This record gives sequence, structure tokens and C-alpha cells, in this order.
Amino acid sequence: MTSRELILTAVKANQPERVNLPDISVFETGTKGSLQKFATVLAGVGGNIAYVSGHEEIVRIIKAQYGSDVRIVSPIKELAELSRENLKDIALIHDLHDVEVAIVNAHFGVAENGAVWVTEKEMQHRVLPFVTQHLAVIIDADAIVPTMHHAYGLISTTTYGFGTFIAGPSKTADIEQSLVIGAHGPRSMTVFAIVKSEG
Amino acid sequence: MEHSTKDHAALAQDFNKDEDRVDWHDETLWFIRQKRDKAAHQIPEWEALREAASQIKNNVLSNLYDYLLQFEKNAIANGIEVHWAADADEHNQIVHRLINEANVVRMVKSKSMLTEECGLNEYLAKHGIEVIDSDLGERIVQLAEEPPSHIVLPCIHKKKEEIGEIFHQHLGIDAGISDPQFLTETARQHLREIFLTRKVALTGVNFAVAETGEFVVCTNEGNADMGAHLADVHIASMGIEKLIPERKHLGVFLRLLTRSATGQPITTYSSHFKKPREGKKIHIILVDNGRTVQLGRKDFRNSLKCIRCAACMNTCPVYRRSGGHSYHTAIAGPIGSILAPNLDMEKYADLPFASTLCGSCSNVCPVKIDIHEQLYKWRQVLVKNGYAPAAKKAGMQVMTWTLSSPGLYHTAGKVGRWVIKYAPFAVNNKLNPWYKQRDMPASPEWSFSEWYKQNRQQ
Repeated sequence: MTSRELILTAVKANQPERVNLPDISVFETGTKGSLQKFATVLAGVGGNIAYVSGHEEIVRIIKAQYGSDVRIVSPIKELAELSRENLKDIALIHDLHDVEVAIVNAHFGVAENGAVWVTEKEMQHRVLPFVTQHLAVIIDADAIVPTMHHAYGLISTTTYGFGTFIAGPSKTADIEQSLVIGAHGPRSMTVFAIVKSEG
Repeated sequence: MEHSTKDHAALAQDFNKDEDRVDWHDETLWFIRQKRDKAAHQIPEWEALREAASQIKNNVLSNLYDYLLQFEKNAIANGIEVHWAADADEHNQIVHRLINEANVVRMVKSKSMLTEECGLNEYLAKHGIEVIDSDLGERIVQLAEEPPSHIVLPCIHKKKEEIGEIFHQHLGIDAGISDPQFLTETARQHLREIFLTRKVALTGVNFAVAETGEFVVCTNEGNADMGAHLADVHIASMGIEKLIPERKHLGVFLRLLTRSATGQPITTYSSHFKKPREGKKIHIILVDNGRTVQLGRKDFRNSLKCIRCAACMNTCPVYRRSGGHSYHTAIAGPIGSILAPNLDMEKYADLPFASTLCGSCSNVCPVKIDIHEQLYKWRQVLVKNGYAPAAKKAGMQVMTWTLSSPGLYHTAGKVGRWVIKYAPFAVNNKLNPWYKQRDMPASPEWSFSEWYKQNRQQ
């Protein structure tokens, strides 16, 4: 017998009598998440939020904060003027090692934990939101769900090869429980929430 | 990193020599337990979530055969290669083969308690493969040539001054540095170089979804992602019990996991790996290593519901004051003490006794494992199978003898009270294990039965 057969045979022989799954739809109450709560929780996990009117304002903020001497990349075409390069042209992902700022779109934010959902399509390269020194993510201010249950409700209609929830900058408390921001990934994380103007 | 042959009590005694350190360790872990409470109390439906998580895991165990087949089929359809390992040896051999096939001799690894359980690093080292652990805490204990002492916080037993010294010796920083910010930055620079140069990366798996064939890896540091996305080959090792039925169930578990572990609302990264990058490879190794045996033990199968949050360790009065290394197994604390005897009853016979059975572990467990009840049940099994420690056996014999004879019982009580009162030196000495780190209580004037007789007469 192969190990596969051995394991499966043992599982079949030893698994207990069938128990049904619980109904977890009871946790999915309400539909709209609070942007304010999202912002508060995000701040609690070390992230920043900036309310902006659109991409032009994001360009202005990034330029003011980082200047033009550092490597800034983004697959977002409205932000093309921030970057001197096209991410599609990068043949070796290891060349991304000195990226200072990366800006990507996210699908939505989760109010209960300050996380945003980003998939491979928005990253262009999977390693981008991890290898960059500073990460910025753009969401619609309206696109906030209350909990992870709602989040998976939205995700269920999409496909991806890789997707991740990101909640704040990379961090560790491995040394005597002292929180240090910037473990292996970004040293900061900013969420730009685009607030649509009335009318 | 060979484990010593001392039992939990002896190892705990070593740890207890430095009382200040014990207090510090105790307080640090209790602080994390309090953070867990604060996070849990912010979720009104917390208890309902725990119950749902428990029921989902019960369903998984009862239907594991179908879920394994479903997961395998979907993962293969996603372009992932699936391997099966009956035991630790086979797991290690598969990893070794995959590294050989990639024509490299170095690998970067993020946290995986399963690889600790399998002794992967030692195995690969013997075969000339260098493994570098990329989680900061794991890297620190790796440099110190120690096993992790905690599954979420691997170097929780180390002081920052000691970590500074380790980095001074191995990473070339000046002596005497103990600033966590500086030390973390040092590790960041050191490990960045590793991430950028390793072609094979191994990660653990927090959850694998039968419905979609994807798996989820959670980290705060981003080390699993840095390793996996920069490598050509990503190996993911998982115990077969890590499966969950559908993707929507991740909602329940991701809400519970980090709140229970560290009091955070979620880990910084919860990464869902479904397909390999174009032209690259993902391998999943499904490992049994005793899990199917545990599945067949009615009283102990619930231990397989564990999601490795470590809440039971942080709350345990014994763990907090004896340290993770006193458990001499990959997974310490209450949950480790019910998992380990399944792997080797003789070697780990001491662990189910390393508990006060206070039940705090069961109260905080996010998947409602009846941990303290299983510890109690393991004691029965171990004694029945002849694995009880000799001193405990002799003591039990004397107790049986005394308790079965009322005359003897009353005399023994009288003698005991007399001794504590008039000859305290006979019990307040090193020969009495109850005297260690404690003062003996004052002796009561009379026994309950004497009191009862007198009061009934009045």
C-alpha cells in the first residue's frame, strides 16, 4: 500500500460518526461596515488612513511624502506619473528588492480588523506588497464590510491564484513582547479611502 | 537540539532556580492572556463563534476521508503537487527529495510546528542541507541552538539582553545591545539577504480548504510570504487535521485565531495560496504521523481540532511557571501534553501530570477542546498501561492502603497533625516535594470527624 492508501484507510476506519456542519449565516448580520471603525482598528494595528477625493490627490500626497528620488511602483494606470517603470516589464521579481513605495488597489476593507483584501491581479507580482519598504492601498470609502463573514461572502464570487488580507505594516513582538513595526515586510501601511463627492 | 531525558518535574525545577525569571515569564504570558480577554470581550458573539468553530472541526474529523480526497482533487486541479507522508521520516524524505530536485542545498523556512514535530531541520542538516528559520523568534532560538519554547512566541523565555548577545556572536553587532527595535532591524537585514537568495521555501499551513484546494498561511512578520513568493519552489507541510470544509469557514477561524493567540484582531497577513506562480511550483505534504491513531482514540480525538493559537499555554499556571522547554516536546503546554502521549506514551508519560486540572485551558480554547478532561483521562490510560512514575505508583499504593482502612486513616491523620505541630522539621525539608517553593500550612487542631462527633453531642 502507498502512504496515501495507508492514511486514507486509517482515516476511514477511525473517523467518528458523521456530525453535521453548523449554520454560520447567523453571523452575517447587517451589510454595511463602518468606515470609522475600520479606521480606528487600522490605527490600532499600526496602519494609517487618508481620505482622498481621487487619484490626483494620492499622487500629490505620495510626491510630497517621498519625493522623486526613491523607487515608487504601482500597477495602477491613474498613478503612472509616480513611477518611471512599468511593473509588467520586470522579468526577475528579485529586482523589486529596493522598491521604496508600492501602491496597489484593494477590493474592500474589513471594519472589525482593519484588513484589506488584495489579490494577485492588483499586485502584479505576489511579492510586491511584502518586499516594498512602504505600502499604500486604495479602496473605495464605501467598500467596507463589517466582518470576515461578509468578506468571504464577497470573495466567493471571485477567482484568484493568490490573495491576502493585509492589516497594517509588518510587525513582530518576538523580543520580550515589545512591538516593533517593520519586521520583514513594509515599515508602514497607508490606506487611501477614496470618498466620492456628493452629486 | 536533542531533548534531555529529564522529566517535566525535573526540567521545571531547573527553570525554577531563577525565581525572578519565573516571575517575569509568568507575568509576560499572563499579560498576553489578558490581551486575549480584551479582544474576545469586544465580540458579542464570541461564545457562539467558539461553538461554531468546535462544530465545524467535529464535522471535519467525522468526514476527514472525503475532505482529504476533495482537497487533493482540487489542489491538483489548481496546479499544486500533493504528497502523502505516513510519518515524520517520510515527510523529511519528501522535503529532502524536493530540495534535491531543485538542485540546491539551502532552504528558507517560516514557522511550522509540524516540521519541529518531525525533526526536519536536524534531518536535513545530517544530509548537508542548510535550513534557515525566518520567523524572528525562531531564528533567535535557532542561533541559540534551542527548540522553540512556545508555538506562537518561540523565544518568549529569552531576555532581550540574551538576544543581543546571540546577535553579537552570530550576526556581528556590537556587544551589549538590547534594544528590540535595533535587534529586529538587524534580523530584517540579515534575513532579507536569505529571502532574496533561496530557491526553495517551506511554510506551514494554518488552514486548508477542501472545497477550493487552497491553503492559508498567517504571519505578522510577512516572512512566509517573503520566502514563498521569492522562491521557485514552495513546499507547504500540513497535518491532515488542518482541513476545513469550505472557504467561508475561514471567516470563523480567522476571527478566533489571533484574538485567542495574541489579542490582535487578525494577523497582519492571512495569505491564501491557490495556484503556483506561472512556471513555479507549490508542493503540499499531507502528514499523518500518529494523527489517524489519535482519530481512533475516542477520548482524545478532540485534540486534533487544535488550531495552534497557544491560548491554553498563556493561561496555564503550570506552563507559565515551568517554561516551554520543561515539556520536552515540540508543542508545549496543555495541548502538547495531550498530543505527545499519542506519539510516545513512555517518553511523554509525565506530561499529563504536569497540570493542576484547573480547566482554564478548556475555558479559553477557541475550538472548545476539553483539554483538562483529556489530561485527566490520559492519566488513567498511562497508569493502566504501566507508565506511571515509580514514586507516584508507590504513593498511590500507600494512599489506597490508608484510605481503605478507617482505623489506619484516623491514626494517619492524627500522626500528620502531630508532626506538623511538634516536629515541623520532619516535613519542612527538601525530601518533601510539597515543601518546594511553598510553606506547609498550619496544622488544624482536630480532624473533621473529631469536630463532627463533638458538635453532634452538644
